[in-house]
Amino acid sequence: MTAFLSARAVSYRSQRHTLVDAVSLDVEAGRMTVLIGPNGAGKSTLIRLMSGELRPNSGAVVCDGEPIGRVSPARLALKRAVMTQAIQVSSPFLTHEVVRLGLDGIGRVSGLERARVIEQCLAIVDALHLASRPYGNLSGGEQRRVQFARALAQIAAARSVQDGQALLLDEPVANLDLSHQLGLLDAAHGLARSGVAVLAVLHDLNLAGRYGDTLALMSKGAIVACGAPQAVQTSRLLSDVFAIDLAVGTPLVSESPVVLPSRWLRC
Amino acid sequence: MSASLDDIRDEFRFEADGRRRVVLTTAALVALLVLVALVSLTHGAIRVPGGRVADILVHAIATRGVNLGQDAVVVIHIRLPRLFLAMMIGAALAVSGALMQGLFRNPLADPGLAGVSAGAGLGAALAIVLGDRLPQEFATLGSSLLPAAAFLGALAATWTLYFVATREGRTSVAIMLLAGVALAALASSFMGVFAYVSDDRQLRDLTFWSMGSLGGANWAKVAALAPIAGLMLAACPFLSRGLNALALGEAEAFHLGVRLQRLKAAIVFLVAIAVGASVAAAGVISFVGIVAPHAVRLIVGPDHRALLPLSVAGGAVLLAGADTLARTLVAPAEMPIGVLTAAIGAPFFLWLLLARARDVGA
Repeated sequence: MTAFLSARAVSYRSQRHTLVDAVSLDVEAGRMTVLIGPNGAGKSTLIRLMSGELRPNSGAVVCDGEPIGRVSPARLALKRAVMTQAIQVSSPFLTHEVVRLGLDGIGRVSGLERARVIEQCLAIVDALHLASRPYGNLSGGEQRRVQFARALAQIAAARSVQDGQALLLDEPVANLDLSHQLGLLDAAHGLARSGVAVLAVLHDLNLAGRYGDTLALMSKGAIVACGAPQAVQTSRLLSDVFAIDLAVGTPLVSESPVVLPSRWLRC
Repeated sequence: MSASLDDIRDEFRFEADGRRRVVLTTAALVALLVLVALVSLTHGAIRVPGGRVADILVHAIATRGVNLGQDAVVVIHIRLPRLFLAMMIGAALAVSGALMQGLFRNPLADPGLAGVSAGAGLGAALAIVLGDRLPQEFATLGSSLLPAAAFLGALAATWTLYFVATREGRTSVAIMLLAGVALAALASSFMGVFAYVSDDRQLRDLTFWSMGSLGGANWAKVAALAPIAGLMLAACPFLSRGLNALALGEAEAFHLGVRLQRLKAAIVFLVAIAVGASVAAAGVISFVGIVAPHAVRLIVGPDHRALLPLSVAGGAVLLAGADTLARTLVAPAEMPIGVLTAAIGAPFFLWLLLARARDVGA
């Protein structure tokens, strides 16, 4: 089975710096793939390449069997939704109007259905009570949740006409409090289980290990390890890439491995 | 926290509320437009009562404009084309402003402030001064030369502005406004040169174009501008979704399926042709493009599906109203319309700057 969205030996250079160097990555439907790695490793650039926003200097990104560069923006919008890292809304829209931007002109959604989708997406991120407030007045974390709701709305709208979507999330839980981090990742994970190919950049290694079906560890523009969390999150690999001594273990009370800086340990 | 079904219904009553606002605003603007038209047709150097205006209009339509009395000539051949011209130019400038604000992702963009009108004015001035010096064979081009030059000037200014002020999809407002200052300064320095080399008639024309006036209105200008005003109105529905998505950012608009390059090219072209035509017909008129869309945005919100068509109506009311004031306040003399719109618009712009001081620094 081929992956829904895959990067095939893509490289991207900006001026003289190689930001992404011959990276291949498969993002499969029904699974959550999590990108981890230190700052400047090329995670965001890889997301931008795989969303079709940037054109690689070499290699190709294939989405649903087609080279992404050959798919029109309108058709691409039916195949993937993206939540980028820093989104600034320049017009004084209300919160529910921002979510509606994810639905307008995408798929076939009737007026009544549209209101229902907006409600559901806002409810998923626990922002229904913010619906009629100006988006610009929300806190940073609240704005991120609303942007996630917008991406969800786009997926819902796209599903009204075809099956098979990818959801690309660049640091979706930055600025969120812990309970909303878990809520958002639960929603993303649930979406993956319903058949969406999810790719997310996360900085919290414990969240990555907990929610990722596949982890891809990036360093200096290349993927240095890719596979199940247990295979990627080894003390040696992580310590090497993050340049800090990290201990990986599974405490009795936890289901998934926990990563801690070694100097925090008592022994 | 979970919301009950009633809460949800409550939240989404706002969507219906928004629709009601749009309908009410449309009705109010149409009523205002009728009122302005009435005052504009009845008032001026000679007073023509409303009933008489109606008679004149009916008579003129019935007889196709032959055997008009003196007051009828004033209404049919002076006031009516002037009213139409003011409405169309106001509408064209207001939509241009709304389009530029969407493209630059900033409510402070305006064809006048950003130097687009100055570019068009420069093109017009070039045509005025060089037009007479063209060889005889090109003399027939005369009438279309000035609007074409104004269009090209506006096009060049809009492109320059966009390339200077926008980097990787983000527009710096400070750079945009400063680039506008630079373009305006460049245009005015060229104007100085043209004024120096031009004869008396050309000098009068140049002054007219740099101050803006609807005094030269006639049916030929109305006929020339009508298709452009129609084009702007017809284009609105096709641009709304893209402009709404663009409020999230260029990358985000692309992710939502918007063809960015096509949208941008369409907007730059429409702004250039609307501003070029307006400047060719009535000179440089500033601030309509910022005041009208902003007032509409305050009432119905930023959704371009309502904002663009209502800016058409708002701009028409604003400029027709301002022109009526300009020619009645100091009657029988009249003020240049550009002076009046600047007198209203500049304080408004300062207030806007004050309210959005943070964004301008960013």
